[in-house]
Amino acid sequence: MPDASPIGIFIAGLLTLGIFSFLYKDNPVYKVCEAIFIGVSAAYWAVEYFYSALYRKFWLGVFPPAGSGVEADLLLWGGAILGALMLCRMIPKINWLSRWPLAFIVGATAGLYMMLFFVSNAMKQIESTMQPLIQDSLLETLGSFTIAIGTITGLIYFFFSKEHKGIFGGAAKVGIWVLMVTFGASFGYTVMSRMSLLIGRMDFLFNSWATNFGQMF
Amino acid sequence: MSQPNQNSPFCKIFPTLLSALFLFTILASSPKTLFAQDAETSVIDSTLENLVPIPARPANVKAKDHVYDIGEKVDVSWELSPDDTTGLRNVVGYIISRRLDTASDFDSVGAVFSRIASLTDIGLTKGESYQYAVTAYTSAGAVSETSVSNSVTTEQEWFDGDKFWQVLLLVIIAGSVAYFIYHAKKGKPMFLRKIAGLQAVEEAIGRATEMGRPILFIPGIHDMDDVQTIAGMTILAKVAKQVAEYESRIFVPTRASLAMTAARETVREAYMTAGRIDAYRSDDIYYVTDEQFGYVAAVNGIMTRDKPATCFYLGAFFAESLILAETGNSIGAIQIAGTAMPAQLPFFVAACDYTLIGEELFAASAYLSEDPKQMGSLKGQDVGKVVAMAAILIGAVLATLGSEEGMNIETFNSAFHAFWGVFGGGE
Repeated sequence: MPDASPIGIFIAGLLTLGIFSFLYKDNPVYKVCEAIFIGVSAAYWAVEYFYSALYRKFWLGVFPPAGSGVEADLLLWGGAILGALMLCRMIPKINWLSRWPLAFIVGATAGLYMMLFFVSNAMKQIESTMQPLIQDSLLETLGSFTIAIGTITGLIYFFFSKEHKGIFGGAAKVGIWVLMVTFGASFGYTVMSRMSLLIGRMDFLFNSWATNFGQMF
Repeated sequence: MSQPNQNSPFCKIFPTLLSALFLFTILASSPKTLFAQDAETSVIDSTLENLVPIPARPANVKAKDHVYDIGEKVDVSWELSPDDTTGLRNVVGYIISRRLDTASDFDSVGAVFSRIASLTDIGLTKGESYQYAVTAYTSAGAVSETSVSNSVTTEQEWFDGDKFWQVLLLVIIAGSVAYFIYHAKKGKPMFLRKIAGLQAVEEAIGRATEMGRPILFIPGIHDMDDVQTIAGMTILAKVAKQVAEYESRIFVPTRASLAMTAARETVREAYMTAGRIDAYRSDDIYYVTDEQFGYVAAVNGIMTRDKPATCFYLGAFFAESLILAETGNSIGAIQIAGTAMPAQLPFFVAACDYTLIGEELFAASAYLSEDPKQMGSLKGQDVGKVVAMAAILIGAVLATLGSEEGMNIETFNSAFHAFWGVFGGGE
């Protein structure tokens, strides 16, 4: 932890131990650490949003500094008006106006992502699955067949308008097995990456914090 | 073993021959352009031109506005230098230069290897006119004379024709969705298979009511610009309506402020529909913090202190998925999770009672509401899956018949590449 003051390291270590105490059970120390974490982070994000969205993006966008050569971006007023409409929630008589920006966000999101998801989640996946079933080696051939059969049976599992019965049901069962085997592999892989995070935190406690603790006292 | 005769005529001439060859090599490898063009060196230059063969210039340089772009690209093509694949065969590449019609000097914009006769110039300004010059060069640094193209003006097209197949496939799927919605609205019965996690929703809410404990609903940790959060909110509407009817209580802590607003609107609407607006408590739906693990710490605290009997995790989740599900498990809550994040699904499957996998999350709202429009939409999406399966099968068979490892039949190979291109293959 470069440039951290000894007091900062000391507090960080105590808070880490306080959060870890939840592993035993809920306790006053955890409650204090939790409250500090939530309070500090909420305040941090409030300030961050104020400066990044309201000041840097909006204010400097519509009122660029004189001599900067940047033209005012009038489109930003659209966002500002929608943002202001959100505040109407606090006035009971016109609180219905706050639904407009929400409707805008949801509608714009659906429209903008439609093609994006269709290409990345459908077309690109289909394209990648189109492989020759016969490959150079037996193992690769087995891999190609597994991908093709796994994808098709997986798709069959996600059929909602047909009962999973007979051959169709059997294929769906193969599909869910393929999914579960994938999940198992993914589980192991992710647990290993989480272990590295834990090791990182332990390294902080036993090296940075313990050394600092020894020097302080 | 006999020794060579040091006084033989060959031994006397050989060093001289080597020196001459060395000098020739040095001269041949020096770029012509390195030599000054003043009067004193012009004699050397004319000698060099005899030693360093100058390639013939590329001919017929054409510049064409790139189709289906926003006016920022030009396609440049030319005929290969006669000394590229034939003749001297000394061309190693081509230098492409550009100038505005109004400018006098060309600036280099790129180079390509020999045997390549085209280049797409990018990053241009819409509505400007440009000219291109192409020059062949050799490894010895000799450059050909320059060939100049016609003038071309960049234009913006309204539609991107490269996306034709994407639109066509989307129209087929969207058309089938519209078709089934139409029939569902006409009253045609639509079958939906059972989804275990959703059948358990009512039971889970009933259990919480009987135990007199609240229900916790987490609509993911993303904002309203994520379709998973929107799907979570749709399910929240159904859950909240049932909670209102059962006179139970629901807590919805959110990580995003906009998600909080949407959740409040959703729950309020649900309570109104259930005729229990008096029981609606806006304070039960609240923003915590944008910090991912700060939010998790808070939700863990809520779980251990309020001990909800049922926990719903429906939306987009990341590393917090297992922390939440494990804490819920430790307090003995019924847990129903659903997400389309592939890396988090294993944790929910391991730690929750029911998990909605991927698209089941999006199908949930249709299933819960039994709304004809949503059910018709679901049936239409199944048509999309049939299209996908057919495409994979056709593509795999064509690839097998056309590939070198398979049957290696050229016709099938061409057919495969054409078919593959429809889905963006080879781009």
